[in-house]
Amino acid sequence: MPTLTFIEHNGTRHQIHGEVGQSVMQAATFAMLPGIQGDCGGACSCATCHAYVDEAWADRFPSATGTEDEMLDNVTERRANSRLSCQLVIEEGMDGLLIHLPASQY
Amino acid sequence: MTLNSVVIVGAGQGGFQVAASLRQEGYQGAITLIGDEPGLPYQRPPLSKAYLLGKISATALLFRPMDFYTQQNIELVHDQVVAVDRNNRQVRLASGRAVPYDHLVLAMGAHNRPLLVPGADSRGVFGIKTKADADELAPLAKEARDVVVVGAGFVGLEFAAVAAANGATVHVLELGDRPMARAISREMSDLFRAAHEAWGVHFEFRQGIGQILIEGGKVSGVVTSEGKTLPADLVVYGIGVIPNVQLALEAGLDIDNGIKVDSNLLTSDAHISSLGDVASFPCLQNGQKLLRLESVQNAVDQGRAIAARLVGKPAPYTALPWFWTDQGNLKLQIAGLSMGYDSTVALGTPESGQLSVLCFRDSQLVAVESCNRPGDHMAARKILARPPRLTPAEAQVPGFELKAWEAANRD
Ligand SMILES: Cc1cc2nc3c(=O)[nH]c(=O)nc-3n(C[C@H](O)[C@H](O)[C@H](O)COP(=O)(O)OP(=O)(O)OC[C@H]3O[C@@H](n4cnc5c(N)ncnc54)[C@H](O)[C@@H]3O)c2cc1C
Ligand code: FES
Repeated sequence: MPTLTFIEHNGTRHQIHGEVGQSVMQAATFAMLPGIQGDCGGACSCATCHAYVDEAWADRFPSATGTEDEMLDNVTERRANSRLSCQLVIEEGMDGLLIHLPASQY
Repeated sequence: MTLNSVVIVGAGQGGFQVAASLRQEGYQGAITLIGDEPGLPYQRPPLSKAYLLGKISATALLFRPMDFYTQQNIELVHDQVVAVDRNNRQVRLASGRAVPYDHLVLAMGAHNRPLLVPGADSRGVFGIKTKADADELAPLAKEARDVVVVGAGFVGLEFAAVAAANGATVHVLELGDRPMARAISREMSDLFRAAHEAWGVHFEFRQGIGQILIEGGKVSGVVTSEGKTLPADLVVYGIGVIPNVQLALEAGLDIDNGIKVDSNLLTSDAHISSLGDVASFPCLQNGQKLLRLESVQNAVDQGRAIAARLVGKPAPYTALPWFWTDQGNLKLQIAGLSMGYDSTVALGTPESGQLSVLCFRDSQLVAVESCNRPGDHMAARKILARPPRLTPAEAQVPGFELKAWEAANRD
């Protein structure tokens, strides 16, 4: 089971377990992590699962597709490494994945 | 009064949200979440699309794993509530157990309006509401050659797209004259009609279902209300839903097309709240007239509002309605309520499959429907969250973009 680390905007670190094949959003909500909501359940329709993939890991995921990319245009504080975490699938070899959380989902 | 026990009837989208939000808000009393479906609480939207196509697993349907309920001390009870005893403030379960409450939340959702034609109870006829429905339907949907969908609403058309992608011949019967007529503008309807036809779906408008033909105990075809016979080895219907108000009715609560609640989502009994598909609430975007909405957003935001009130942070419910449906490669997103709109402005083109329809009433923007233009949808949600000042004239200027307008018009 890969271990994922999330760092909240205020610096609080959380380590959680994810499953291979699961989305980062679901791993986060399953672990009751504050800050990721995932209102639409991963349908890429709500943008309440915004997160920043740490620079060192950003290229491990296929880049944002049309829908995700456009949805991201409207999140608060989009950065180059902004992603909708429901679109990030945890794969083999992602142990140690580092994700930063935005100040707010709205 | 201190609140020591909250009992929630219905462990679906809304019931789950109340339980989760109560804990997030720091409520420490007892929470009993009672649902009559097997397994852990799960989301329904993928049942008619991604899950049926095998794109997501059964685990991905779950809101949370079992650990969550244990760790958060949420008692999940698999049983059916058969009566609400308001005098003694307790609910009675089918098993005979009585569960007392300080506050009760009614989140029973809705059931599919049944097909009332001869043959409707035979093998191969489905409505889609539960995971059990989808699990039974999925293998048949893969093998079906001839599919008839009854009702061109959201769920019916999502399934039509799935069946067409699986290679079946699909006929959709619809009493109206266009897809999703009750919910979306003609412009957007036309785009979806053309897309479905391109995927091989045949529409039979102004026709209902007359009869289901059976051979060897299985569906073999349907006869439409116009007498046309269509071959079918699978019939899926989506002809609307009926709110599960029975419990509330028997308990003497006010009912008006659903369990009637006030702007705080309280029923006619101050110890009972209601939300989601079963609740009829005064809707800000509907001029405070009662409205019952069937959407994830509605159940989630109302769940949060009830939890906040129960921990002492009451606020009238005013959240902007929004919705999505995925059909084939098209994502339709709707922000606001288009009821009673009298003019539209289109952005993009139907031919490109990327279209937003801005719906105005008395020159006020009331809703934005977007197909494969998620940026417009997100901008629309921000614009509509406050009384919008965007006029049809502004939106008609060539090169107009919602996102740019939103950015330029923040206070
Ligand atoms: C196939 C399908 C696709 C959908 N797709 C979308 C979509 O793409 N986008 C969108 O926004 N919305 C969609 N929806 C709508 C959305 O899922 C619902 O609006 C939402 O689930 C409503 O939540 P709820 O809590 O009110 O009801 P539900 O989620 O239906 O939960 C109610 C629960 O209460 C239980 N119950 C009822 N009576 C009792 C009783 N007496 N005792 C115990 N338990 C009881 C029911 O069995 C059920 O489990 C879809 C719905 C379906 C069925
Ligand atoms: S969970 Fe809704 S967009 Fe990711």
